[in-house]
Amino acid sequence: MGAFDVRALGIDIGSATAKIVGVDPAGTPAWQLLEQAEPRVEDQVERFLARAQQEIGSLTGIPLIATGCGRGLVHQASRKVTEITCHARGIYHEFQRSGTLVDIGGQDSKVIRVGPQGDVVDFAMNDKCAAGTGRFLENMARRLAVSLEQMGPIALAASAEVSISSTCTVFAESEVISLIAHGVSPEPILGGLHRALIKRIVAMIRSVGLAPPLMLSGGVAHNPAIRHMLEEEMKTEVMASRQPQLVGAYGAALLALEMVPS
Amino acid sequence: MSIGDSLHYYVNVNLVGRAALRWQRWQAERRSGVPSHWKREHLAPPLKIAPRTKELIARHYLEGRYANLQRKVAWVTSGAPVELLKALDFYVLYPENHGAVCGTARVVEDIAAEAENAGYSRDICSYARTDIGAVLSGKTPVGRLPRPDLLLACTNICQTVLFWYRVLAHHFDVPLILIDTPFVYAEAEDHAIAYVKRQMEEAIPIAERVAGQSFDERKFREVARLSRMASQLWLEVMQRNTHRPAPLSVFDQFIHMAPIVEMRGEAYTVDFYAALLNEVDARIAHGVSAVTHECKRLLWDNLPIWYRLRYLAEVLGQRGVVLVASTYTNAWGELAPLIDLERPFESMARTYLHPILNQGAGHKLATMQRMIAAYHLDGAILHSDRSCKPYSIGQMDQRDRLISEQGIPALLLEADHNDPRAYAEEQVANRLEAFMEMLGV
Repeated sequence: MGAFDVRALGIDIGSATAKIVGVDPAGTPAWQLLEQAEPRVEDQVERFLARAQQEIGSLTGIPLIATGCGRGLVHQASRKVTEITCHARGIYHEFQRSGTLVDIGGQDSKVIRVGPQGDVVDFAMNDKCAAGTGRFLENMARRLAVSLEQMGPIALAASAEVSISSTCTVFAESEVISLIAHGVSPEPILGGLHRALIKRIVAMIRSVGLAPPLMLSGGVAHNPAIRHMLEEEMKTEVMASRQPQLVGAYGAALLALEMVPS
Repeated sequence: MSIGDSLHYYVNVNLVGRAALRWQRWQAERRSGVPSHWKREHLAPPLKIAPRTKELIARHYLEGRYANLQRKVAWVTSGAPVELLKALDFYVLYPENHGAVCGTARVVEDIAAEAENAGYSRDICSYARTDIGAVLSGKTPVGRLPRPDLLLACTNICQTVLFWYRVLAHHFDVPLILIDTPFVYAEAEDHAIAYVKRQMEEAIPIAERVAGQSFDERKFREVARLSRMASQLWLEVMQRNTHRPAPLSVFDQFIHMAPIVEMRGEAYTVDFYAALLNEVDARIAHGVSAVTHECKRLLWDNLPIWYRLRYLAEVLGQRGVVLVASTYTNAWGELAPLIDLERPFESMARTYLHPILNQGAGHKLATMQRMIAAYHLDGAILHSDRSCKPYSIGQMDQRDRLISEQGIPALLLEADHNDPRAYAEEQVANRLEAFMEMLGV
């Protein structure tokens, strides 16, 4: 055995990042890895598993569940499960309660009603475009020449917000270009962009129905403006995952742990 | 029509065409195999009647191809009172059905682009774009569409048909009969029935003038009788799915509904559905189920996704999920009891006022709730069809009500019935998979 007591593994191949989490017999995260997603998914998975073997020891008898949009390419996985089921399971174990999870990922956003056993009661996902996703903010950051990390704090500090009517990535970009051309400074534009995204998410929460508490995961949860505006719009406290990008992989590992004979 | 035209029609349709189609059908019946690229291990073998369905559809379009040589031709909307025209011996073409044929043949992108290049927006219904594209370019997978002598549009399915058929009337320079059907909020009011009946009566002289013959009420009654019989049989076929496991999936229904849509009022259509009912009964008797290991039974709302029927059947089937009932296929059966042969005009007016799309969202919800109870369903998939706004409006509320009142999970699936450009397979697959995980399969 290596330095970590890992009994099950979950791997989440997302559109922006690839993650792997190992859990101990109690279902506590014991080992993890996070990298930018690479176009050669199979090579990246090979490398992840080689690292796991190095650090954990032999992977024989350790079940692996794959999730995320690239899960189909994880040939080593015992099972493949959607990120919806995995996120529900992951967040349920982290907070030990049911509720409503908002996950804003790179390619899609989802709102999941998590049931009393960590099961999925209902879910909604964004339309088939980048509206309301991490990619939307990424594109806008590039256009406004601010880093992703700065985006949230700048939006929060803005004393005013301009209204951005579209969450369509293409149309919103045109709006931003036009605002820049009219001499509007980046701060209120950033405030407006965050507000537009949150309004899209709020509509999804309303379509599923809010069962408190409201929980947050996905890379975008690192952005403080998102959490703040979500609380403002929903008038309720938001519980953000401590490691929001790992919730899916953690949930997959927990599902894999159920496959281990006790 | 000259003797030469009649001879040309006789040779191509009656002599050569029909014989060739019968031969093809006979060959297909002998093979009765499953195409090698189909993943059918989770699904029942194709229905034995499938070659006959194919023959009927092919014969219908074959007759259409040469119809201008022999008969007057009418193009009609799917919810039009076609019995009037059948009684006057019109060959009747359904552009919506032709659109579905183009959808299953996966040629819509190419044909609809012809309409889009002519300035028709992609926001217009994909059936309308397919039809207008086919008219402008002559492109069709069925050989050739006959030129219409008359157009008949009924607004009981949507308002798009009003503008679509005006385009056709302008293009072909032929008369357009419009039957305006007031929206039904609860039950159709007497004045609404009288209004539709009067429009049907007023349509007759126009249709007679085009047909060159007089309207024969006895013949009309006979067509109405055949129409009712076929619809009744179709309803019975669908109702056999109350049996568990279901003998016939909704995907099968989507294919085998073609005759009830485009061949109503014909004796051979009645025979066809009687044979289908026999086969479904035989499936029940021999324990043949649509999905090999039926675990969960679902409702489908809205039009099919024509270009991905088999894929969706396989994705669901491999997890033991079967689509048992649909509001769409049901629409061609549920109105059969309304046809009263003693009062054909009045009852036809009543029938054509009551399609599901001419009634409120509450009516559709109630229909779905009844189906969920009658067919013992575990969940519902509501196809939010970008093209069909009248069918899709209200689905978010309907979904919520099905979840809260029926206690079943329900999924809203975004796509388009005919335009694959408004369909994202990866996202559809992911939602379906997550939904099936929710169902515990």
